[in-house]
Formats: sequence, structure tokens, C-alpha cells
Amino acid sequence: MKEAAVEERQPSYLARLRMEYRSSDKAGYIMVLPYVLHFLVFVAYPLVFAFILVFCKWDIVSPMEFVGLRNIQRLMRDTTFWTAVTNTLKFLALHIPLQIVFALLIAVVLNGPIKLRGFFRGAFFLPFVISGAVVTILWQQLYSTDAGVFNLILTKLGASPVPWLTDPSIAIYSIAVMATWKNVGFYIVLFLAGLQNVPRELYEAASIDGANRGEQFWKITMPLLRPVTLLVIMLSTIGGFGLFIEPFVMTGGGPAESTLSVVLYLYKNAFQFLKMGYAATIGFALALMIFLVTLVQRKLLDVEQPY
Amino acid sequence: MRTFKKILGYVILTAAALTFIYPFLWMISASFKPESEIGSLSLIPKNFTLAGYGAVFTQIPILKALFNSVFVSVISTACVLIFSSMVGYALARLRFIGRDTIFNLVLLTMMIPGQLTLIPMYVLIVKLGWADTYKALIVPAMMSNMGIIIFRQFFMSLPQELVDAARIDGCSDYEILFKIFWPLSKPSLVTVGITTFIGSWNEVLWPLIVIRKWDMMTMPQMVTLFSVGGLAGAQVAAEMAAATMLALPVVIAYLFFQNYFIESLALSGIKG
Repeated sequence: MKEAAVEERQPSYLARLRMEYRSSDKAGYIMVLPYVLHFLVFVAYPLVFAFILVFCKWDIVSPMEFVGLRNIQRLMRDTTFWTAVTNTLKFLALHIPLQIVFALLIAVVLNGPIKLRGFFRGAFFLPFVISGAVVTILWQQLYSTDAGVFNLILTKLGASPVPWLTDPSIAIYSIAVMATWKNVGFYIVLFLAGLQNVPRELYEAASIDGANRGEQFWKITMPLLRPVTLLVIMLSTIGGFGLFIEPFVMTGGGPAESTLSVVLYLYKNAFQFLKMGYAATIGFALALMIFLVTLVQRKLLDVEQPY
Repeated sequence: MRTFKKILGYVILTAAALTFIYPFLWMISASFKPESEIGSLSLIPKNFTLAGYGAVFTQIPILKALFNSVFVSVISTACVLIFSSMVGYALARLRFIGRDTIFNLVLLTMMIPGQLTLIPMYVLIVKLGWADTYKALIVPAMMSNMGIIIFRQFFMSLPQELVDAARIDGCSDYEILFKIFWPLSKPSLVTVGITTFIGSWNEVLWPLIVIRKWDMMTMPQMVTLFSVGGLAGAQVAAEMAAATMLALPVVIAYLFFQNYFIESLALSGIKG
């Protein structure tokens, strides 16, 4: 009724705003003020600045120089950048399947009548809470060709040692295995939560209809786990594109740029070569790739909601 | 058949659990070994030595780094809890102009990958004169979009009678938030608190960029540079000692509050 009265008098936009302000909770403005300030200074300003940098050449010391589309053209032709992208895709090609298979297997076993479930869940989750710095420093040693734990086990079994981090055709996959080890506990918990949401009656009905365990898993469990699986794939993809500390500590991007990640390349451009404009361009390309890849994944996997 | 499956389940679980725990035990054990014993699978050092820890303490100001990390993580977490709950409260329970716009901004900015703004953020910190200060580590981390969303959702579920009764008693919105809502929001406070604290404690990339002085470094940064920068030389035991010291506080907290950790991080992972 209030609205009707307002319309009759046709007050100006400003007058209406003033009325709205008068009837609003004043505390609200003060409470969101820190957010607005934080947003302006640490989100909006850097975003605009990053966008401007894409069209500039800048080494921080001398004045910025407008270069038009040259950074973007350079990016398209920069084989090192595309190597970094390829490395990320190689990483994901092993990391994602490994993660899903392992997390799903453990989650299914844990979802059964298991004693010590809390202990096992806790053990798998442990690497996830620990700093990536610890994990990479530790694994660098485990992967050591001469004295690493993996090669010690291999030589005990009679096999020849593997150059885990020094062979350009292996190193990125070694890092993918380590990343899986670090994060899989998190995905086990997600899958476990998903499994616990599957109604028991569905299995009972299926077994009355004569479906065996395998059929029940593929026809009931998997379709119902599709949203969780999508989440796991998207989070792993975003994490994979953000790969930094692992190659930074373990390989420095080598050997022969085989473990150079996009973020490490961005970091090197900005803080070693002082090419701020080009580094900002890599940042935008990275954001765009993450956006596109997760969009495609969503389209491919979200065919229909099974609920 | 059923017992076979049960045994198989336990075998898989135990083997997997060993794969997850053994490396950490090996790391702790290696930190007490002399260099000559590092290349061994054994978890018990034959010649127990503190040389690795000695090297860490003499070569890097690790205790200062420990203090820096605790200080930065505690202050950032406290700020996130206060500010995010304020915004969450305003978005959930108050009517004001621009409320929906701000909520949409929160949702939108959550999707921006941090690497996108890394360079301008660095420039901003340098221009503000904040490089090599605590401000560089704390101020940008004082607000959490995920925290705002979790608090907003929880505050929306609290009954309006609580607010009405408090208003009649003459409570301001701040009193309602901190004296009435906070004590009821322990699960949300724990979730946001643990997630923020762990994220801040483990962060490496940002400190690497804005902190150059050894005295101002956080622990993960210093331990990383100790290993990568060659300060540790070829002393694996020293690297393992530094890594153990970095992991220890989180592991101890994790042992006591395991379920809180798992639920909090899983929940905020889903929201994020």
C-alpha cells in the first residue's frame, strides 16, 4: 500500500532513494563499510589495474609505456607459455582420474561397516591440512634418485631406480602423484558425504529387482554421485591451474621446462624478468582458461540432474 | 565371501593409511638422523642427533618466523570472524539500500582466481609502503567472501523473535550480533575460523612476493626458501627438521580437533 502511494505522487528517483534510506537500517551501512572499502582497494582497483597492464610495458622502475596489443600477440606466439599450459594439461590428465578413482574406492570402503572409520578418515585427510611447503620439501626427498624412499623400495624389489624429478618425460607426472596424495583426503570426505546421502531404499529395491552389487554401483551410486564428481573435477582443475609451490620447490620448472606451470611462469616474468605487463597478461589468460575449462566440464557432466 | 570382502576392505584401508602416514614419520625420523643414514627406509635413527635442528636454528631466524606466522594467522582470523560476520549479519537481517548488490558482489568476487590480481596487488602494497610489514600480510586477508556466505546463511536461519526481543531490551545491532548471535553460531565460527587460520598459516605465494626481509618472513615462506635457496646446502636432515617444525603446530591442533578440521574444510570447500 505504501508503494501505491509512492507511485501516485511520482516522486523523483532521488526523493524515493531518500525515503528508502530513511526507512532502512542505518547500522547496515556501517557494517558493510569494511567490505566495500576492502572490495574497492583489494579487488576492484587491482582488477582495473591488471586490465590496464595488459596493454602496457612496465618494469616497475621506469614509467609505464602503452604497447597496445603487443603483450597479447606475444602470448600467442610464446612457446614457453604454451609449454606451461601443456604441462598443466598433462598434470590434470593424470591427477583427475587418479584422484577420482582413489577417492571413490576409499570412500566406498569407508562407507561400509568399518571399524576405526574416524582413524582412517583422519589419516587420509592429514596431508590436506599440512602446508604445501612441507609436502613438497618432503616429497622432493622421497623422489630423490639416489637416496629417495621410492627408489630404495624399487631397488629392494630388484627394479632399477627411476629419475622421478630429473627426467623431463616423468617429472610432471611425479608432481601429479604427489598432488593427488596431498588432496585426495579432502575428496574422500566429499565422496563419503555424497555416499551417505544415497537413500538405502534404492539399494533394497534394486536387489529385490535382482540387480547385483556391480549393477547397483553403476546404476544407482554413480549417477547419484555425479554432482560430487563434478565438484571434485572442477576443484582439481582450478587447483591444477594454480600449481606453483610444487614446481617452485622441487624442480624450479625444469628439467627442460617440463614442470613449468602457468603461475610459476607468471611469477618468473613478474619478479625475475620484471615484465609486469606481460605477467598481467598471463594472469588474464589463466583466469580465462580456468573459466572456459570449468564451463566445458559443467556442460559435459551436468547433462541432467538425477534427483 | 562376506568375510573375504571385509578383510579385503581392511587390507586396502591399512595399506592406503600407511601410504599417508609413513612419509610423515619418515620425515620426523630423518630430521633426527645423521646425513649418512638418510638413504634408509628405517624409521628409527641408529645414531640419534639434533644436528639438523641445530643447523636450522643457527642458519635462519626460525623462531621469529614462528612468531610472525602465529601473529599474522591469529590477527587475520580474528578480523575475518569479526568483519565477515558483520557483513553476513547485515546481509541476512538488515534492510538497506544496495544490500542485494553487495551480496552479488560477494558471489562474483569469489570466482576471481587470486593469480589474476597478483601483480597489481604487489604494486599496491609497494606503493602503500607496506612491503616487508605485517600489514601486507594481514590487511588484504581481513575479509572472506566464503565467511560472509557461511555467516549470512546461518544468521538467516535464526528466529526473528530473538532480534525483536533484543530490540525491545534496547540492544543495538552490534550487541545483537556479538552478544546474541555469536554465542549461537559456534559451528559457523569454527568453520570460518579453522579454514581462515589454516589458509593463512599455509600460504606461501603471497608472502614470497611481498616479504623479502628474513626477519619478517612467515614460517612456510622461510622454510621454503631455506630448502630452495640452498641455505640448507646438502643437509637433508636440516630440511626435514625445518619441515617438521612447520608441520608440527598444525598436526598437534589436528590431532585434538580432527573432526572440526575435516568438517570445516570440507564444508568451506563445497561453498567455495
